[in-house]
Amino acid sequence: MPEALLVLADGSVFPGTACGAPGHTDGEVVFNTSMTGYQEMLTDPSYAGQILVLTYPMIGNYGVDAKVEESDRIQPRGLVVREAARFASHLRSEGEIEPYLRAKGVIAISGVDTRAVTRRIRRHGVMLGTITTDETADGALRRVRALPGYDDTNWVASVTTDHVYDWADAAGKRRIALLDGGVKRNIMRSLAARDCAVRVFPANATADDLLGFKPDGVVLSPGPGDPRLLETMVAEAGRLIGRVPILGICLGHQVAAQALGAGTFKLPFGHRGGNHPVQEVLTGKVTITAQNHGYAVDPGGLSSAAYISHVNLNDQTVEGIAMRSEPLLTIQYHSEACPGPLDNTAIFDRFVEMLAAVQGGVK
Amino acid sequence: MKPASVLIIGSGPIVIGQAAEFDYAGTQACKAMREEGVRSILVNSNPATIMTDLGVADAVYIEPLTVPVLERIIARERPEGLLPTLGGQTGLNLAVELAAAGILEKYNVRLLGTPLETIRRAEDRELFRDMLAKLGEPVLESHICHTLAECEAAAESIGLPVVIRPAYTLGGTGGGMAFTTEQLRTVAESGLAASPITQVLVEKNLLGWKEVEYEVMRDGAGNCITICNMENLDPMGVHTGDSIVVAPSQTLSDKDYQMLRSASLRIISELGIEGGCNVQFSLAPRKDVRDWEGDADRPLPYYVIEVNPRVSRSSALASKATGYPIARVATKIACGKTLDQIPNAVTGKTTAAFEPALDYCVVKIPRWPFDKFALGDRTLGTQMKATGEVMAIERSFEAALNKAVRSLEIGRRSLLWERPEWRAGGEFPLHATDERLWALMAVLRRGAAVMDVARQTGVDPWFLERLQSIIAMEKRLLAEPLHPELLRAAKRLAFSDEMVAQLADLLPDQVRERRHQWGITPVYKMVDTCAAEFDAETAYFYSTYESENEAEAVPGPAAVVIGSGPIRIGQGIEFDYASVHAAWALQAAGLRAVMVNSNPETVSTDFDTSDRLYFEPLDEEAVRDIIENEQGNEAEPPASIVQFGGQTAISLAEPLRRASLPIIGSSAEAIDTAEDRHLFERFLQDRGIPQPPGAAVTTLEAAMKIAQQIGYPVLVRPSYVLGGRAMEIVQNANELVTFVAQAAEVAQGKPILIDKYLEGREVEVDAICDGETVLIPGIMEHIERAGVHSGDSMAVYPPPHLDPAEREVLRDYTERIVLGMGAIGLTNIQYVVLPHEPGGEPQVYVLEVNPRASRTVPFLSKVTGVPMVQLAVNAMLGKKLKDQGYEGGLWPERNLVAIKAPVFSMSKLVDVDTHLGPEMKSTGEVMGIDRNFEGALAKALLASDMALKPNAAILLSLSDKDKADAPALIRQLAGAGYRLYATEGTSRMIQALGLPVTSVTKVLTGDHPNVVDVIRDGTVQCVINTPEGRLTGTLRDGFYIRRAAAEKRIPCFTSIDTARAAVEALSRQAEYDIATLAEYVNG
Repeated sequence: MPEALLVLADGSVFPGTACGAPGHTDGEVVFNTSMTGYQEMLTDPSYAGQILVLTYPMIGNYGVDAKVEESDRIQPRGLVVREAARFASHLRSEGEIEPYLRAKGVIAISGVDTRAVTRRIRRHGVMLGTITTDETADGALRRVRALPGYDDTNWVASVTTDHVYDWADAAGKRRIALLDGGVKRNIMRSLAARDCAVRVFPANATADDLLGFKPDGVVLSPGPGDPRLLETMVAEAGRLIGRVPILGICLGHQVAAQALGAGTFKLPFGHRGGNHPVQEVLTGKVTITAQNHGYAVDPGGLSSAAYISHVNLNDQTVEGIAMRSEPLLTIQYHSEACPGPLDNTAIFDRFVEMLAAVQGGVK
Repeated sequence: MKPASVLIIGSGPIVIGQAAEFDYAGTQACKAMREEGVRSILVNSNPATIMTDLGVADAVYIEPLTVPVLERIIARERPEGLLPTLGGQTGLNLAVELAAAGILEKYNVRLLGTPLETIRRAEDRELFRDMLAKLGEPVLESHICHTLAECEAAAESIGLPVVIRPAYTLGGTGGGMAFTTEQLRTVAESGLAASPITQVLVEKNLLGWKEVEYEVMRDGAGNCITICNMENLDPMGVHTGDSIVVAPSQTLSDKDYQMLRSASLRIISELGIEGGCNVQFSLAPRKDVRDWEGDADRPLPYYVIEVNPRVSRSSALASKATGYPIARVATKIACGKTLDQIPNAVTGKTTAAFEPALDYCVVKIPRWPFDKFALGDRTLGTQMKATGEVMAIERSFEAALNKAVRSLEIGRRSLLWERPEWRAGGEFPLHATDERLWALMAVLRRGAAVMDVARQTGVDPWFLERLQSIIAMEKRLLAEPLHPELLRAAKRLAFSDEMVAQLADLLPDQVRERRHQWGITPVYKMVDTCAAEFDAETAYFYSTYESENEAEAVPGPAAVVIGSGPIRIGQGIEFDYASVHAAWALQAAGLRAVMVNSNPETVSTDFDTSDRLYFEPLDEEAVRDIIENEQGNEAEPPASIVQFGGQTAISLAEPLRRASLPIIGSSAEAIDTAEDRHLFERFLQDRGIPQPPGAAVTTLEAAMKIAQQIGYPVLVRPSYVLGGRAMEIVQNANELVTFVAQAAEVAQGKPILIDKYLEGREVEVDAICDGETVLIPGIMEHIERAGVHSGDSMAVYPPPHLDPAEREVLRDYTERIVLGMGAIGLTNIQYVVLPHEPGGEPQVYVLEVNPRASRTVPFLSKVTGVPMVQLAVNAMLGKKLKDQGYEGGLWPERNLVAIKAPVFSMSKLVDVDTHLGPEMKSTGEVMGIDRNFEGALAKALLASDMALKPNAAILLSLSDKDKADAPALIRQLAGAGYRLYATEGTSRMIQALGLPVTSVTKVLTGDHPNVVDVIRDGTVQCVINTPEGRLTGTLRDGFYIRRAAAEKRIPCFTSIDTARAAVEALSRQAEYDIATLAEYVNG
């Protein structure tokens, strides 16, 4: 079996077996603790520029199925697993994970002590790394150390749509303009299921572009990378606030928060998993959420017109913002799940109710 | 709102379907209440539990679990709340009965955790179905039936096969599957009989569908989380307690997983449970395994099978599988906390409001009693048969499975094992039995196609492919010379050194040597609830072959407590009790306590119990690896304690000695002296202590000769086994031939013991020794005469019939034996005391010496107030008894009478004979305690379901040898107003006494009603049947009588002594007292 190495910027080396395409790949090494949903994660644009470590040790058990993909390609730069299942079993499986990875040209490594990698990241924070099948550890390390920082790249630009399009199922009675920073398909599906027609705009679209669609509401989508680099997007979002109901998810939440005066900061090792408890401040209600973000909102500077609506019970970071008198709600977590718990799909209901409530009222 | 005081109902004796998991739950609950400042009042009839220790709850009652008893306790304690969800089905049912009787209302007791209405909705099939329909959850076609005719009509409408599930029973008691109309009748009758409300559910049979469970929690604010999901390797059709279970699910996609998770949360919300709940689903399988109607592109169809609105066996497993303490959190919720207000005890930083993420695979395998009940029906179905279970944790399914199989301790059976008959006959039983896993391996090994096997068994191909990968490794080990890469690959699949040795043609020690040479040693990873996302503080570890070790050696004194593994007949919860106390005693003495065990149900495997928990098989390899890991770079390895974990632990003494690893407590030599017949005989002879004449033999010839010499009856048993396995009283040479052969198989090359059988009073003594002083906390006298296994006997403390001279001899013998053997710590000695002339010499014989903690340790510790395990551990650590404040000799007897009574699970085990004999059959025990014998006996009988109901009809069928003893008993019965039924011979005898009797025939093929009919149709409510010698016609008839009684769940006395005691208790109209354990012991 071909050998492969995972080399981290701190010099640690984890040997393993190549279980995808040959070659080498670089990225910020992050871990996700979900026990299911590997294919959804692999197609989540928020992983752009990252190497994904899955903490669950047996990956590929139920095979792959194109219908669960959340975007049109594999998004992380590489995949690290303890074991890539050689045999998949599921009614809907179209094949095993290894051939899938190879076919998609994804560089991946198996046989790694992923718990050791995770512990390292937890202690020292996320760091750059590489999976390589064609270098020595020393060579790989030299290359990793010369890489530009993950935070210096505008990853949104690399994943957003390059053209405006209507979501296929769009025949709904409410019009939603979605600003695509790296959207997952289930956001569109969730809106369409609630009788919404969704038009997707590239990340560099202006407020006027979106308003030109005469939307009933705007969705600011999730996406990868440091939200501080998205100055234009933040400014355009600022111009939308108060003029149209807004739902911000993940990156969209961070963009809206910045538009409302808040800052953002990088978490030491992010929140990635399907088990994060989030409390709604007003009701005290706790739900379990799917999360995938490396940055969080710093509420210092947040406009007094806005308030923190949700907090993370693990580390008390901001999980949601709302405004006192404007139709805006944002969440740091993923109400669309896929993967993850379905506890928060009601956010979409709430958004749609908001659209109904303010119909014709704002603008 | 926080209640000031709360009553907790325990689950009573260990029976199949209700085992140690409720001790774990109850103990956690008491701790949690203490943290919350709530006064806890605990009632349980089972003395072998940690939860009934003084100091765990604020008030401990060891009393029968009946409504009248509970009412008296409620009246006495006036608790504000009742927490019914921690005592299994027993606790839940009692809560319902207390409410129905108006007692909760009368005393203003609030039901906590689960509302009464919820219990009804979860347990009553009709209400349950209505609730599911309301939620829009799919409901399986089923019919609620109260009569046989209704069952037949239901089966007609649904179409066979069907499943029959009785309402309000535990472990599926009385239920089953019916494929034919004949089976339908049998199962429906037994199901209706088992249900306290005579209600069964007849439902569509989803044989071959996947079975998946979710453990969920909800707090009073309506916050819901799932703790864990689990998937059964065995598809629908096998009780989940009898299934091989894996956590988390392996063959569910994220969509499937979340769909069922959401359904679970909807159900717990609708039920309004405040605490834990278990939801069982049936999920559609692959269509190429079992076809089903419906669109394969839609979300997979599923059905909700069952909801348990309480903590359960599964929740204990989920707690251990994830590290999330379900019972503890459920209790805090019941006390008014919300999930976000409860700290996560594992991380110490986050809260209980999160869902555990696993970065390993957990496999549970049930432990069945068929090694003891060779004639029992091994088929698995909807009625649970396992007595216990093991769990293993690893980074792959294959590895976890291999470790779990090692943990079962069925001899040294690994996955390589095959039944010789399979090979000979070319038949591999793939239907559900306790041996199916091995049969699957065997057919796959022989090249069967995975899909064929999947279609035949319904086992998902994923599991079978994983078995294939184990087989592929077997083949490599057979074919290739052992090299580092291969050995490492094998260890990563958790092949034991012994398996590798067997395949690579080496000795296990050679494999170990090579591992060390090649640097292939296990590392230990933490179970931290969060897949390493947070820094965790628990020291709960499992072994694996990876790169990073998280269980670094800790400097300072430590000792390793070897646990007792799965609960099985002969090795029950008593040994977990002792192991837990050993860990606590080590901590109190300032040592780090390191616990090793494989049983997920127990208190010992709570990560709170010890300083470090290794969840590992209890075999030589695992234990040596752990000791090496604990030693780190220190010069000396930590010592091991082997005397608390039953035969499992004691068996490790010899391998540890061979490996030059230190043991504290009785040395391996002392253990050998007790267990080696020749050494033991010489030892007693040298000290002039008598034992029944006999000898150890290795051939049949020698056995015949010895038996002839000492005279029949003789006792035949293999040496070195626990719980009297394969032990028999043999009356003649014919029987001897049969039983020597049987014992030889069990003995595996070790000698067989043939002893003169002395029919006297059996007496048991536990002693603690520090090398100088011997303390005897108490003497227990058995109600049944010698010949009934001590674990199946009723034992009385203090001994009612021993005179001072006999007590003195017992003390003297005990001291001399213990000191002479050099036993340090605990020793259990069994004696038989024959009648002696007034003023003459007492006639005391030693039957058996066990230099280890016995199953009477918890009972005796409780009733004497002597902290036996703690004293023993301190003695092992070198602290003298007198420095601990204890003198030697017989500890003053307390002003109380306590009776330990065995409890059987016979109704669950088809084809197993229930008569008492030298081989142990009970699964659990209860205790009756009072100020006098009558009260204690009444309680013991009540608690063990053996109490006679007044004015009942009673069936007698007595052996000839018992007929001499019987007239007094029969007169008493008649005098107490019992209507007597008897089989032919016994009936003649009763007529001769001039008493009225109805004769029923023993001939089952002739006229009706016969002896079995009168049991089945409820004519009689109690049976006294004492078996004749073995292999005679009487025994066979007796067998049907005893089975019918077991299945009808009516008391069946197979020893004239027990029956006499029961009749006496009844005829004296014993009044019993209700008091806390502390009041009894200190009063």
